[in-house]
Amino acid sequence: MCAASTVLKIENVRIALAGHDLLHVDAAIKPGEVLTVMGPSGSGKSTLLAFIGGFLDPVFSASGRIFCSGNDITFERPQARRAGLLFQDPLLFPHMSVGANLLFAMPPKIKPQVKRRQEAEASLASVGLEGYFDRDPDTLSGGQKARVALARVLISQPAFLLLDEPFSKLDADRRDQMRRLVFDQAKQIGLPVLLVTHDRADAEAAGGTIIEVGITRNGQ
Amino acid sequence: MLKYAPAFALGILAIPVVSGLAGTLLPAFGYLPALGGTSFSVQPFLDFFYQPGISQSITQAFLIGLIATIIALVLVAAFLAAWYGTRTFRAVQHFVSPLLAVPHAAAAFGFAFMIAPSGFLARLFSPWLTGWERPLDLLIVNDRLGLALIVGLVVKEVPFLLLVSMAALPQTQALKAVQVTQALGYGRMAGFLATLWPPVYRQIRLPIFAVIAYATANVDMSIILGPSTPETLPVRLVGWMNDPELSLRFMACAGAIVQIAVTMAALCCWLALEQIAGAIARRIFKTGVRFSRDSWLRIIASGSIITSALLIFGGLIVLAIWSVAGLWQFPDALPKSLSFRSWSQTLPSLIEPLLTTLVVGLVSVLISIAIVLACLAREQQTGNTGGNKALLLLYLPLLVPQIGFLFGLQLLTLSVGVGASWFAVIFVHVVFVLPYVFLSLSAPWRSFDKRYDAIGAALGASQARIFWRIRFPMLLRAILAAMAVGFAVSVGQYLPTLLIGAGRFATITTETVALGSGGNRRIIGIYSFVQMMLPLLGFIFAALVPALLFSKRRAIRGA
Repeated sequence: MCAASTVLKIENVRIALAGHDLLHVDAAIKPGEVLTVMGPSGSGKSTLLAFIGGFLDPVFSASGRIFCSGNDITFERPQARRAGLLFQDPLLFPHMSVGANLLFAMPPKIKPQVKRRQEAEASLASVGLEGYFDRDPDTLSGGQKARVALARVLISQPAFLLLDEPFSKLDADRRDQMRRLVFDQAKQIGLPVLLVTHDRADAEAAGGTIIEVGITRNGQ
Repeated sequence: MLKYAPAFALGILAIPVVSGLAGTLLPAFGYLPALGGTSFSVQPFLDFFYQPGISQSITQAFLIGLIATIIALVLVAAFLAAWYGTRTFRAVQHFVSPLLAVPHAAAAFGFAFMIAPSGFLARLFSPWLTGWERPLDLLIVNDRLGLALIVGLVVKEVPFLLLVSMAALPQTQALKAVQVTQALGYGRMAGFLATLWPPVYRQIRLPIFAVIAYATANVDMSIILGPSTPETLPVRLVGWMNDPELSLRFMACAGAIVQIAVTMAALCCWLALEQIAGAIARRIFKTGVRFSRDSWLRIIASGSIITSALLIFGGLIVLAIWSVAGLWQFPDALPKSLSFRSWSQTLPSLIEPLLTTLVVGLVSVLISIAIVLACLAREQQTGNTGGNKALLLLYLPLLVPQIGFLFGLQLLTLSVGVGASWFAVIFVHVVFVLPYVFLSLSAPWRSFDKRYDAIGAALGASQARIFWRIRFPMLLRAILAAMAVGFAVSVGQYLPTLLIGAGRFATITTETVALGSGGNRRIIGIYSFVQMMLPLLGFIFAALVPALLFSKRRAIRGA
């Protein structure tokens, strides 16, 4: 199990497809720090996230270890890893209200119901969406949906964040705003963040170490 | 539990078919101790081939089924080639696809009521155009050549083939290929047939084979529309099987084996035709002829599809009118008066078959959807779809002529003491409902965005919680739609209910078919109306529930 304010250690991880090496990463991410993995599509960078989150597609093979605050979670069930996932689409559950999306994510140890609702409302307020609890996700703008997705992942009290091009579908000014929001919140809570992207501006805004992958495949 | 779901499902499909085939084969060679057959002989086959007019019955089953399938596929291919991707196409598609849910018997009666000498079309044009004061003394329905049956089968199978073809067409890239050929100067239809049709055809072969199996071996539509002196092979076989003279069952089983051979011969014939058509097409497209003037052919293509749909739609309306018709003499296009007397007289005897239909339909659908969901959940865990082999097994009950294994299954269920029970009837319905439920649900299930599962799991939700709280509600519309398809299939089942129920389970469909084409038109109207309303209500229910449940959730409440 992971505790909060943790270090995410990616030890000598290699990912291969049909015997062909895609990438190799060896790094440690401290609380509040961002590690950016940059590369073109097909470079295996999203697969790295899937491996760390526990969703690796069986067609890929991976080696190496993942440590969360010194605990080896390489073979943990995805449910026990406490990874916070953000994709390029907000992927809000369309059959639930905005508030129900947050309640689904909130750990069950927070109770009673009244307190759960208060926490969810507060979390919405912290991303600038006060009073959106009962809204239908589909009626929100793209930027608002992205902020709900962020609130949802943070309220689940993750041990670290895995970001898969989470800003690429937002328009330019929303993108800046969202980047700042995500990285500020992560720093504030002290979460290690792994970001994969093909957008250099994302990498620069993140301000941490940048690893480039897949260059040999494309640049030959 | 989930681990065993796929094996369980395949068992449910394969065991009745295989054991039923064996159960047909043994009596066909004279072995059925319960009826005094203790030694093997070819006598049942000899008896069978000595029946008067038997070669004509066989030839008709073979030719009618093959010709109907060819025409239906040609119409569908021509229509897709002519109009795919246009507004006309979408309009016609919306018009045609509901017809898929109309049970065969109701469609056949509606069609008969349209084209019969005293039918609606004749009335519409009489006497002002035709001069007919009395219906022509002409055998249009039940004609000796089986033309009415061929056309009836065509109009019923066109919606099915259209739907499976469209499911096989790749969505976005598709039209680009046609546009490229058009830029090269090819006509729209030629371009489609040269580029998009071959891959589509390869994917719809199994459904086509199922159509051939149904068309060569169907009983319900043949009774209503088919030739009567002699009847087609499957109709005669069922007659013998249900004859009070039990010894006729040996001959019936021998005939069922011949029926399988007839259907297999039609399939082989189809495979040969495939090769010939492919060779001709390759030769033609080598010449570089452009076929650029095809607008007349495109009009014929859409015209024939629309006509076939109108024949069924019109027929269904005429059925409904007949059910409430008062006096309705021949040249009158509409009845002189309306009356609910037939309804009030028929209703008491309608209740019991209706309840049986509902119970069998609902229970078999619930069992099927549970098995299908378990299989799909298992497939998601393992990433193994079972590939073409599993698909072939799924189609097995649809590819083997029903008669071929239902005869044996009836004898088996009777001999082990479960015959004519609710269990046996519902079980045999599941055999036919399950494949359709699986085929309807597997596509939306497999295209579900797996990142939702990933998010659910990362948020700590267990597999069960992910299924019930995320997948199930998000796929509820697709699940209910698949259940509605399954219910429509169950409602329409004639032969399985008749044989496995040993005549003791009357459903709306068995009662409707039993009325035959010579029956009272008002009562036929009532039964056919109820028969076609049941699937329709299922689909309305499937659309309404998510709309009400998720009325405040715009993205998934549907139309």
